[in-house]
Amino acid sequence: MTVTGQRVLPGPGGLCQKGWTSAQLLNTPGRLTTPLIHGEPASWDEALDFVATKIKEYEPDQVAVFGGGGLTNEKAYLLGKFARVALKTSQIDYNGRFCMSSAAAAGNKAFGLDRGMPFPLADLRNADAVLLAGSNPAETMPPFMKHLTNAQLIVVDPRRTATAEMAALHLQPAPGTDLALALGLLHTAFINSAIDKQYVHERTTGFDAAWRVAAAWWPERVERVTGVSVQDQRAAVELLRGNAFILSGRGTEQHASGTDTVSAWINLALALGLPGRKYSGYGCLTGQGNGQGGREHGQKADQLPGYRKIDDPAAREHIKQVWGVDDLPGPGRSAYELLDALGQDIKTLLVFGSNPVVSAPRAKHITKRLESLDLLVVADFVLSETAAMADVVFPVTQWAEEDGTMTNLEGRIQRRTKALSAPEGVRSDLELINGLATRLGQPEERFPTEPEDVFTELRRASQGGAADYSGITYARLETEELHWPVPSEDHPGTPRLFLDRFAHPDGKARFVAVDHRGPAEPPDDEFPLYATTGRVLQHYQSGAQTRRIQELNQAVPEAFVEIHPDTAHRAGLEAGGTAKVVSRRGEMQAKVRCVSSMRPDVVFLPFHFPGDGRANVLTNPALDPTSRMPEFKVCAVRLEPA
Amino acid sequence: MRRVVIVGYGMAGARLADEIRRRDKEMHVTVVGDEQHAAYNRVLLSTVVAGTMTPESVSLHDEQWAHDHGIDLRLGTTVRSIDRKARTITIDDEEIPYDALVLATGSKPWVPPTEGLLDPDGTMAPGVVAFRSLDDCARIVEKAGPGMPVAVLGGGLLGIEAARGLAGRGCLVTVVHPVGHLMERQLDAGAGRVLARTLGTLGIEFRLGVLATKYLAGDGLALDDGSHVPAELVVVSAGVRADTRLAEEAGLTIDRGIVVDDALRTSDPRIHAIGDCAQHPGTVSGLVQPAWDQASVLADRLTGSAPGSRYKGTSVITRLKARDVDLAALGDVHVDVDCPESEVLCFTDPVRGRYAKLVLRDDKVTGAILLGAPDAAATITQLYDRGQPAPTDRLALLLGRALPGEAASPADLPASAVVCRCNTVSKGQIVSAWRAGAETVSALAEVTRATTGCGGCKDAVCGLVDWLEASQPRSA
Repeated sequence: MTVTGQRVLPGPGGLCQKGWTSAQLLNTPGRLTTPLIHGEPASWDEALDFVATKIKEYEPDQVAVFGGGGLTNEKAYLLGKFARVALKTSQIDYNGRFCMSSAAAAGNKAFGLDRGMPFPLADLRNADAVLLAGSNPAETMPPFMKHLTNAQLIVVDPRRTATAEMAALHLQPAPGTDLALALGLLHTAFINSAIDKQYVHERTTGFDAAWRVAAAWWPERVERVTGVSVQDQRAAVELLRGNAFILSGRGTEQHASGTDTVSAWINLALALGLPGRKYSGYGCLTGQGNGQGGREHGQKADQLPGYRKIDDPAAREHIKQVWGVDDLPGPGRSAYELLDALGQDIKTLLVFGSNPVVSAPRAKHITKRLESLDLLVVADFVLSETAAMADVVFPVTQWAEEDGTMTNLEGRIQRRTKALSAPEGVRSDLELINGLATRLGQPEERFPTEPEDVFTELRRASQGGAADYSGITYARLETEELHWPVPSEDHPGTPRLFLDRFAHPDGKARFVAVDHRGPAEPPDDEFPLYATTGRVLQHYQSGAQTRRIQELNQAVPEAFVEIHPDTAHRAGLEAGGTAKVVSRRGEMQAKVRCVSSMRPDVVFLPFHFPGDGRANVLTNPALDPTSRMPEFKVCAVRLEPA
Repeated sequence: MRRVVIVGYGMAGARLADEIRRRDKEMHVTVVGDEQHAAYNRVLLSTVVAGTMTPESVSLHDEQWAHDHGIDLRLGTTVRSIDRKARTITIDDEEIPYDALVLATGSKPWVPPTEGLLDPDGTMAPGVVAFRSLDDCARIVEKAGPGMPVAVLGGGLLGIEAARGLAGRGCLVTVVHPVGHLMERQLDAGAGRVLARTLGTLGIEFRLGVLATKYLAGDGLALDDGSHVPAELVVVSAGVRADTRLAEEAGLTIDRGIVVDDALRTSDPRIHAIGDCAQHPGTVSGLVQPAWDQASVLADRLTGSAPGSRYKGTSVITRLKARDVDLAALGDVHVDVDCPESEVLCFTDPVRGRYAKLVLRDDKVTGAILLGAPDAAATITQLYDRGQPAPTDRLALLLGRALPGEAASPADLPASAVVCRCNTVSKGQIVSAWRAGAETVSALAEVTRATTGCGGCKDAVCGLVDWLEASQPRSA
């Protein structure tokens, strides 16, 4: 099988190397085709019986589930239902918590609704300017760049990334100071008369309180904190007049103040009158294959399907009725807190579509927590670093081998059509869930194994919720582009949200008064450098898939650290040599890449690599108070020769 | 419950009250301010004069602030005296007890002894306004009109900001400054000259090295060189003096300001002072950052949230806030280029309003003037603040960002250079594919996938095709 980029909507067609080579993953040499119990091959029945028997020994909340933002909507939905109905546990969360949770929280606060992009992707082509805060799509989502060819591009990133290279203006703040920069741009917009006063008056509330915070961030003060010159702050505001989008990515969101930082960007967008206007707005760029849909249907600790809140009595009633149950657990722990509780309150963990050994912050500690479990169960199609630790591994289908839907970054539901049969011995996650649920005493029909049956139930469960899929059918998806909400089968979908009103009861968007706090762990004499983590083009997330593809692995085979040549020299390091990178939580090794555009106080580490090259050994699990997002994007480190 | 009384509701006093509330919701806090309005952001007054901000938009608190935060706020109230024994202050007819008293009384404008500026009763003469408070700004804005001759007394930071704001309103501004160059505390003579030249192009005139001897209302200023500056309005911005009246009357130790230690205690350990009225060896007054740093330390101590907190001084960076003029100055700049103990770089470009001077010791920035060099200002102030060594490429440092690499021509690229990042396609692969018959961009895309990702390498691939066509024999 081959993959081409001719019909990849909504793009004009295009793939990066990950896409071109994705077919190789289907028969990768490490493909799992049989369940494993303690590393030994076992039959599906043996493995399912083993797990179900073990689970019955525990109280419901001693059993936890960790999902993934790459799962289809159907799997995400059924996984949440499985946790709450079959396991009766409140302890379910997913790696999306490490992804878009800060943007989701801020979007909900400001607009009353979170949909990554509340407008079609193609609208970007009609913008005069696009500001990308903490995103590097030229490497993480290359075909996306084709939508940015018309707009003046402003990139906010501590690194001069491939995306920044293409920008009209690159703002290069010190890591952890984006919030101050956003406040400063609001201030500059005010003194340069760029505020859309009529819009602010008619469509928003709370400007005055937000302004009083921003008033204390005059441009010269912002420059001192961020390192972004006053002139560049002004230039950014000038570019943002007219049709403009402000888009946030993980760089600005993965902070202990991530929610507030996104709120500050949204405040700027609101002050400029962008959201809810055609060809303008605020959006968040999805981080995982199904980052949007994955967070809408109930694998999040605090949510039920349809983007409903789990502590909302009406939402609970609706879901109980759809599921035919009398009771539901309440909210559980967030992802890091859940992983941190393993071996303590939680004795058993089931992992679907995630590799926390590599991707969780403070990874060494989390690995120890995983080791302390009574039972670790992992469903994957390769032996990821987490699967390698598991007591039981289930071999499951991958992308071309299964039907389902994904919801893309613009809230559009896309069909994934089965193209191939899975190798013998491999089953779908839905079959796995069904196998466990029935062994735990659930009726067969409550956990369908056909994706379309699951979707039909998901439609009912989401009906009336924020992310309403009730009008979507597989048949409609063959011919139509449907953005949620789609409340009935004759509804055309909602490509642009908020054109008339925002989703708060009064129809207005809300400014949220937020102030800059700075990173949780600022550099000091012992750890004098900021470390920031991110991705490279050739690898996806924890690298469990892409490191198995020869072309990709040859291009970027190992961990590296990007540093300014002077910083390398002062640490006694040379380009091509190996550096030891040390934080308060551990150390890792990385090959030195000298990059003269780096800030001398910053090092960059890709997080795709296991073992000695595991960047997340260093990262700081300080959590955002609202989104519970860990501070992946800044921690204090020092460099030593290895 | 402990009672904290803060005298002064300016940037220091207001910040302290906020910092206390952030740490302690219960503590009894009284704030006494002599102005009628809510605390406002003095840093932004020049933007009010320039007309880019309204008086309302610079206020630090709204009217609900005291109520919402449980603060006992007394506006328009002057403290008559402090009774240190009884631990009370007297306002109007009321005595307010304190466990800890904080003086945040700020500073008062200094009026030079020019004849006629003050009326016999000590108030400003008609047509004379200080540049210190929001009320002063209101008076300036009310009077200043386009085409009106205005004199600014004082060519320091604030005087220049006021002059720039007034020139922006269309006034005919003359700055009278007793020293031979502008901002002599922060700038050397070379920088001062370039600054005056730049401001001159914005319509501001200067009379340097002369004193104003006499003011005549409606006429203007007589200078000591016998010349005359016409002015319907005189804005006095000749410096400030710490307001130490209360402290002095209470017998606290005073020098240029109220003397405080690292715990921000005065000579009476129950009385503290912060902001412009305080004198701490680690800082100079007149700037907001030291006042805010002090407020944070004092709140740590008064609430007991970090009793060991100490104020160790604030490194000062002077940043002019004037439209179309980008100026930063920091550290010791009065060092000659050939000074043997320091490494000094200097760049002068008066025609384009640029002047950069950099003083380094042991690779660290100890002083800098950056005029018309905004990128360098941003970079160098960060290096100075964080005590980081300067990059070895000093030229790049003066530019403020790494020098861009020369765009290599296709011929010069090594074969291993990656042309299409999305698909990791090197120049060598493209050359091979071209020689094998893929002679157009679309044919190359078909074979190598170059240009099919983000599309950013399309120009580079076109360039390679052109170069190959021009220089290499075509395949058979």
